[in-house]
Amino acid sequence: MKDRTKYFAYPYQVWMIIFILFPCFLVLLYSITTKESNGLTTIQFTLENFKKFFAPLYMNILWDSIFLAAISTAICLLLGYPAAYIISKTHLSIRNTLLFLCILPMWMNMLLRTYAWMTILGNNGILNNLFEFFGLPRVNMLYTRGATVMGMVYNFLPFMILPIYTALSKMDTGILEAADDLGANKYIKFRKVILPLSMPGVISGIVMVFMPAVSTFIIPQLLGGNKSMMVGNLIEKLFILNGDWNFGSAISIIMMIIILISMSIMNKFDVDKEGGARLW
Amino acid sequence: MKRKLFWIIAVLSLILIAATGCSSEEKPTISVLNYDIYIDKSLISQFESENNVKIKYDTYATPEEMYIKAKAGASNYDLIISSEYMIERMISEGMVNKLNFDNIPNYKYIGEDFKNQPYDPNNEYAIPYFWGTLGILYNQKTVDASSNSWSMLWDENHSKRIIMMDSQRDAFAAALKLLGYSLNTVNEKELDEAKQLLVEQRPLIMAYLTDGAPAIMVTEEADMALVWSGEAVAAMSENENLGFVIPKEGSNIWIDAMFVPSNAKNQEMAEKFINFLCSTEATVKNINEVWYSTVHTEAIKEVDEELLNNNAFNIPHEDIEKMEMFRDPQKFIDLYTERWTEIMAK
Repeated sequence: MKDRTKYFAYPYQVWMIIFILFPCFLVLLYSITTKESNGLTTIQFTLENFKKFFAPLYMNILWDSIFLAAISTAICLLLGYPAAYIISKTHLSIRNTLLFLCILPMWMNMLLRTYAWMTILGNNGILNNLFEFFGLPRVNMLYTRGATVMGMVYNFLPFMILPIYTALSKMDTGILEAADDLGANKYIKFRKVILPLSMPGVISGIVMVFMPAVSTFIIPQLLGGNKSMMVGNLIEKLFILNGDWNFGSAISIIMMIIILISMSIMNKFDVDKEGGARLW
Repeated sequence: MKRKLFWIIAVLSLILIAATGCSSEEKPTISVLNYDIYIDKSLISQFESENNVKIKYDTYATPEEMYIKAKAGASNYDLIISSEYMIERMISEGMVNKLNFDNIPNYKYIGEDFKNQPYDPNNEYAIPYFWGTLGILYNQKTVDASSNSWSMLWDENHSKRIIMMDSQRDAFAAALKLLGYSLNTVNEKELDEAKQLLVEQRPLIMAYLTDGAPAIMVTEEADMALVWSGEAVAAMSENENLGFVIPKEGSNIWIDAMFVPSNAKNQEMAEKFINFLCSTEATVKNINEVWYSTVHTEAIKEVDEELLNNNAFNIPHEDIEKMEMFRDPQKFIDLYTERWTEIMAK
């Protein structure tokens, strides 16, 4: 009788196998076969797809994606940590409102939010009209790398704030009081107590922002005007335009490996072995 | 144990009901695959009620996407509307059925200019739907179009105010034509020269867009854009400062056509639908929706004066003579793709 509840997990397990494991296997299969493979009888294995990616052309795209994603993640951290800290310090009633405001934009479709930025940043957009009103020169903002980074920061910032907030609000106030008692000033208290204790939140925030940022394709398309091609755009093009699913799959696998490696490095820094504020 | 069995049966029967439920109706069904926003939707329901048939209507964005959808065979389409070079490729791969022209009497309305084209030289497989060309949409207040040349897109006076199409064949077409080459070239030296031009153009470009160019031209955010003629007609109807040129070096002519793929289930009904779309009444409705140039000899007599005076819709005959159709480059497409990726990743 006692383990009857485990049956409730079956639908999810079936779901996982059909929609997560099986597609991953297909991607892997595509990445190690040739374009000419048609069905099981003509299947041909190759590592050519992976080799191709290490040409300077594609490596540049990869480095550029990592660079832009890293900048966005850094800005998210700089904005998100203080925001999470302030939220965690406010009174409970205000705190919930602030958290709600943080999540609210995510209820709207991401495409719509990104399109909205196009009308804000455009040459005849809201910001440029404002600049003109104050007698400032118009600035080319839309379709620049800056706009891409801005779009990523805007879209992924909540993923940084929320885990850091969770880590900060879970902190035992007794430890903070002990730090005060032992004569730590505000700066030392933050550096030696609060910051280390909030690291799990910071790390999961970094992972949560970096992962979607490095593989996004719609933001560089809409706000960057396709001028800096990112890995996500390359994969999209290979699948939709060039019909080269094999090379596209190989790049997807390489991206998965990169993300796995960076996550395991991140976990090394994880002080809270119980996984405190981590989201998985 | 019994209970577990009950649940398994319950779930299985639910799946069965879901799978068979839709087909319990007796109405015949045809599935149609078309470009997005490329038909007056009221025509679909009109045909459905007139013929007691259900149309499953599906859309796609690029011919390459269509090819994957048709080839993957997840759903068998009875009628597909797509671009000539992709139809040429599919015909050569045996993916297209011959049509029975007895079912399509309205074929007589299709203009002679659009028959016997290289993708279907004997008019056996495909019926033209709309046609169009590639040109420069520009703002008449800021741009001097008197040069009437593709070099307008390389004009440094409009740096960061030019929009290029994020489509390798079309971008290369502009560069190749400016150099005086064929837009179907498979000569690597010519392609490299075109690539060099496109690389030089990069710093002048505001953005590479797939379908956002007309909207930005209407708000006058940009001075020039490489667009398809129908996009130009749509943009010009919203902003009268906009003009359209088809450069003197010649341009691309494309024809989108209707065909029945070889795995179609209901070819006869598909042909009936083709015939319906070729009627004068349906074509006029479609013209006012999609704004591309028509292949229909009767429908053109019934469109508005304003549209007839628009050089992006009613394209002058001397321009048509200089136009070249995209051919399926087969494996040479990799030469284009490779260079285009290099340009975009600079």
